[in-house]
Parts: sequence; C-alpha cells; structure tokens
Amino acid sequence: MINVIWAGLAIIGIVFAMINGTISDVNEAIFKGAKEAVTLCIGLISILVFWLGMMKIAEHAGLLDKLAKLFKPFISRLFPEVPKDHPAMGYILSNMMANLFGLGNAATPLGIKAMEQLKALNGESTEASRSMITFLAINTSSITLIPTTIIAIRMNYGSASPTDIVGPTLIATICSTISAILIDRYFYYRRSRKG
Amino acid sequence: MEIVSLISLWFIPVLIGFILVYATFKRVPTYESFVEGGKDGIKIAISIIPFLVGMMVAIAIFRASGALEFFLDFIRPVFVAIGIPADVIPLAIIRPISGNAALGMTTDLIAEHGPDSLIGRMASVIQGSTDTTFYVLTVYFGAVGIKKMGDALKVGLLADLAGFIAAILIVLIMFA
Repeated sequence: MINVIWAGLAIIGIVFAMINGTISDVNEAIFKGAKEAVTLCIGLISILVFWLGMMKIAEHAGLLDKLAKLFKPFISRLFPEVPKDHPAMGYILSNMMANLFGLGNAATPLGIKAMEQLKALNGESTEASRSMITFLAINTSSITLIPTTIIAIRMNYGSASPTDIVGPTLIATICSTISAILIDRYFYYRRSRKG
Repeated sequence: MEIVSLISLWFIPVLIGFILVYATFKRVPTYESFVEGGKDGIKIAISIIPFLVGMMVAIAIFRASGALEFFLDFIRPVFVAIGIPADVIPLAIIRPISGNAALGMTTDLIAEHGPDSLIGRMASVIQGSTDTTFYVLTVYFGAVGIKKMGDALKVGLLADLAGFIAAILIVLIMFA
C-alpha cells in the first residue's frame, strides 16, 4: 500500500509538472527535499540519544516494572480472558510501559511475546482472539508520554516553544486510547450477540 | 487550558529529575546506563534517513509541481467550512499506513507553515497521538501466524479517527 502511495505521489507530481510547466520547481525540490531529510535526521540524533539514554536508566532502575505492577489491576480488567498471573499479562504490561516511555524498539519484541502467549491461551488457533484484538487496539492507539521526535523536529525549525504540544498530544492520545477500548468492547458485544 | 500549558512546560524536567533520583537510590550506574541507551538513539536517527529522504522527496515533488495545491483546493471548501485546515488531511490519511511516511509529511508541514503555526501544531499532535495501525497489526499478527484478524483493523482505524478528531479539536481550542 505504502509503495503505491509513495510512487504515486512522485509520478503524479512529475506528470502534473509537465502539464503545469513547473518542471524546474520540481527539479529544485528533489535535491532540496533530500538534503532537508538528511539534515533533519542528523539534528534528531541529539534528542534521541538523550531520551533513550534516560529511558535506559528508568529501565535499569526497575521503574517500568514498578509501573507495570501499579497498572496491573486496571489492565487486567481489560483482558477478562487472561488469568491474572499468566505470563501473557506480564508481557502485555511490559509492552505497554515500553510504549508509554517511547521505547518502540523494546516494545515490539515484548508485544510479540505477549501475542505468542495469547495464541497459546487461545488453543494455538490462527484466528485472532478477543484479548488479541483488545491488546492491538490499545497498541495502535499508542499512549506515548513524550513525543520526542516531534519535539526535536519542532526545535530544528526554530519553534519558540517546541514542547507546547506535549499536553495536547497527551490528551489526544488518551482520547484515542479510550476510544479504542470502547470501540473494541462494542465490536466484541456485537460479535457475541451474533453468536 | 493553563494547566495543559503548565504540564507541557514542567513534564519533561520533572520526569528526568524523578528518574535520576529514583535510579540513584536504587544504586543504578546512571551514567553508564545512559550511555548504553544513548547508543540506540544514534542507530534510530541514522536508520530513519532513507525513509525520510524517500518520503520527503516524493512530497516535495508533489508539492512543487502544484499537484498538492490542486488537490487541496478540491477538499478545502469542505474542511474550511467546519474550521479545519485542509493541509492536515493528507497526513491524517497516511498516519495509520506508515509511521515514517507520516513523519516525513509532518516535517514537511512544519517546514512549510512553521512549527508554531496552527497547521504545524496540528501536524505535531496528530503525529504523536496514534501509532501506525497497519504496521502494528502486520508485525504482531504476522509474527505469531494469525491469519484471521477479526475486527482488529476496524477497531484500530476507528480509534485513529477518534484520535485525529481529538487532536484537531484540542489544538483548535488551545491555539486558535
């Protein structure tokens, strides 16, 4: 899908430029766009290094595990089909905490472990279980405490207050996560009514 | 809304302070842990270069040719009527499909309109408020061999939509 969108953007642009007489603008944009992307990524290094460094400290200090324990009573209510002390629960919680702290690379393997456990709970069926759908619904709506990359990009483009989107992002992400949980519940009850 | 601004300002320093105090009490080798984690930061920044170059060039072509303006002129009246800048709509469409493509688009919007413009802020919040639904589903279901996704895609995309609406409304309330 992304391949079609990507190639489509460039192809439509080039054809449009031929008709529109903007081919020289396009020429310039190609080199400017590439240069800007690289400059940006280099600029991102500063924040990413700092943030992932801090998060590693939090991880080593056991903060993530601590938070996972704190959230357990709430989270386990969202997964009524998972026994409280099943390893699946542990992985689900660790995955959520890693996502919360923006540790995407650490979150993915934990999430896959959680999925393996959920699959085992579902008798190794190749069909998605209720708990899997709930887990992924929460995962795709993502609760991130601090959108580090965005802050870095805003800094790079000379924002007067690069972090002023932290609060709004937090509210928006909570809204999308609550919606995900509600929508998931709605679809579940619709399925179970159908039998 | 004062409180939200206050949270934005205080959140990061307080969180960093808390982590350092907590880790020191737990006798974690803080500086060594920091360096270990920081190395990942370099890897991530370098590894997204090809994604961003590809996407930002494609968007730059699309914009410079005039095709983007042409497309936006079509949808603008509808969204302007309800008070939403049409420029963020392509971002909302691409956000669930590819995270890096969306990051390229967000960067383009911030560069073009300024980070502190309404569009720049809206793009920032949209980018941060949801994850890439298609990617998450493909990776997680793919890794454990689930063939039937059930309602997962529908739920994910509807939640994304709710997130976008929330993002747009909050930015309008706070910054418009």
